[in-house]
Amino acid sequence: MNEKVIETKDLTKRFGNFTAVDRITFDVARGEIFGFLGANGAGKTTAMRMLCGLSCPTSGTGYVAGFDISTQPEAVKRSIGYMSQKFSLYEDLKVWENLRLFGGIYGMDDREIARKSDEMLAELGFEAERDTFVRALPLGWKQKLAFSVSIFHEPKVVFLDEPTGGVDPITRRQFWELIYRASDRGITVFVTTHYMDEAEYCDRVSIMVDGQIRALDSPARLRAQFRAETMDDVFQQLARQSTRRSD
Amino acid sequence: MMLKYLLEKEFKQMLRNRFMSKLLIALPLMTIVVFPYVTNQEVNDVKLSIVDLDHSPASSRLTQKAASTDYFRLTDVSPTYPDALKRIEAGDVDLVLEIPPDFEHDLQNEGTASVRIAANSVNGTQGSLGAQYLASLVNDYSREWREENGAASLAMPEVPTFDTHVRYRFNPMLDYKVFMVPGLIVVLLTLLGGALTALNIVGEKEAGTIEQINVSPIPKHLFILSKLIPNWIIGLIALTFGMTFGWAVHGIVPEGSLGLIFFFSMIYIWAVTGAGMVISNYSDTMQQAMFVLFFFLIMLLLTSGLFTPVDSMPLWMQRLTILNPIRYQAEVMRLIYLKGSSFGELLPYFFWLCGFAVVFNTWAVMSYRKSL
Repeated sequence: MNEKVIETKDLTKRFGNFTAVDRITFDVARGEIFGFLGANGAGKTTAMRMLCGLSCPTSGTGYVAGFDISTQPEAVKRSIGYMSQKFSLYEDLKVWENLRLFGGIYGMDDREIARKSDEMLAELGFEAERDTFVRALPLGWKQKLAFSVSIFHEPKVVFLDEPTGGVDPITRRQFWELIYRASDRGITVFVTTHYMDEAEYCDRVSIMVDGQIRALDSPARLRAQFRAETMDDVFQQLARQSTRRSD
Repeated sequence: MMLKYLLEKEFKQMLRNRFMSKLLIALPLMTIVVFPYVTNQEVNDVKLSIVDLDHSPASSRLTQKAASTDYFRLTDVSPTYPDALKRIEAGDVDLVLEIPPDFEHDLQNEGTASVRIAANSVNGTQGSLGAQYLASLVNDYSREWREENGAASLAMPEVPTFDTHVRYRFNPMLDYKVFMVPGLIVVLLTLLGGALTALNIVGEKEAGTIEQINVSPIPKHLFILSKLIPNWIIGLIALTFGMTFGWAVHGIVPEGSLGLIFFFSMIYIWAVTGAGMVISNYSDTMQQAMFVLFFFLIMLLLTSGLFTPVDSMPLWMQRLTILNPIRYQAEVMRLIYLKGSSFGELLPYFFWLCGFAVVFNTWAVMSYRKSL
């Protein structure tokens, strides 16, 4: 593969005696949609937080967009977008105000923000909602908006932590269209999910069990490898090996 | 540049918060208009019971004298001292004055007589002050009596007496409000500056929006600054309201310069907003921040000298109060308001308050963690 946007080697995070992430090694190429699967408590979110510079690794190395996540977390943060599991736009700000705020935070100027806002609202079909308070939007719309905000500054990688939780199938489909469009523009997408149909949409998928990556390949090859009909079967086979109590 | 967008956000959120604007009016109103009456420690209207066992002209004159002051209200004349004590227990009476059977006889023949004063000290201030007033009233009476019957009536050695004239400087009428209003303005600054700041960042932690900030490249000092600046302005508005109410309602205006008051208040606001930010950084939930805040606020307010003089605290506590920022600002406000002190006279306070501001704000920036 070509340019590596994410590269980790033996990346580990321990909390006291508990090893949340246990020596994971993988890389993700530019423009790839990388599915990061695992049961609850398998260590996905912890691994993702390390890659985003929110959490410092206990050992091992990790590079995101060419920056060391242990020593240059702030440089990493400039090159990435992040959409957390918990909805995190400002509910008491209007749609355009959220765009303006996050654009400004990533160093865009007023003109650039205005241009990009128009473009993005048109793409989402949200022109009429420009002046709506975010708290008044339905959940599916909020998720789409949050995703758009996370890639508003055209980052190299965007990290999505269960972005479609609690959203209806139609909206989920639309959400994935947005992901594809971002990927077409060259934005690398790193996504965690519990929906196995979504796993099929990914270029490559890793499956974490008890803090370790137990499988990593394209969905088709994983199905062949585990002699399974669906990704769901693959996931079930691996997740049952877990000795960790899920939360 | 980034700060512009962050400030825009903070101000929009602040102006949209209806609770906030109500608080900004209601708190100064309560604190400055109502509290000075409530925190009044002057003692008057003490309920007095007199047990007159003498029934002489001298004893009834003393009774009348006590009854004619504003401090005491003669509510009861009990036949015996135990009866009067029962009235104290029932809460009908605060003070008992017992005049013994031979009062007039002793006065005339021996030149001295004793009376008994009993005070209900459940309310300590009222008990001790009431008893003091009553004792001085009895002294007054005895002086009058001597002047009238004087050396003429008996061969009593001339007792030297001292007349003490106290002039109360800086608050000649000993008006409690003049003393309390500047102090209560400090309470206002502390609550609106410190307390609100403490809740702000925790609010973002609870909403989850802090994640989106932490994962962005915002330098943390800019983020903290964007949280502090609106609170500085709130603090200055609170100060203005407080001083205006103090003047409009109680007619209290500072003796010293307005500019100096704003100058010191600004430094104090820096210090308390910084302290609020520190609490915010160490708390995960609003509830936790509230409890920590209560703990410190109550402790620091009670030892600040706002309500009870620092000089009357135990020595170890007096020493501890040098670490209490509220104490410095309370003294500064009273000095400027009552005494009209100049900057030169307040220089030590200036250094202490600056010290607090620097320490708390540095601590706030240090303790904010974008990465764990």
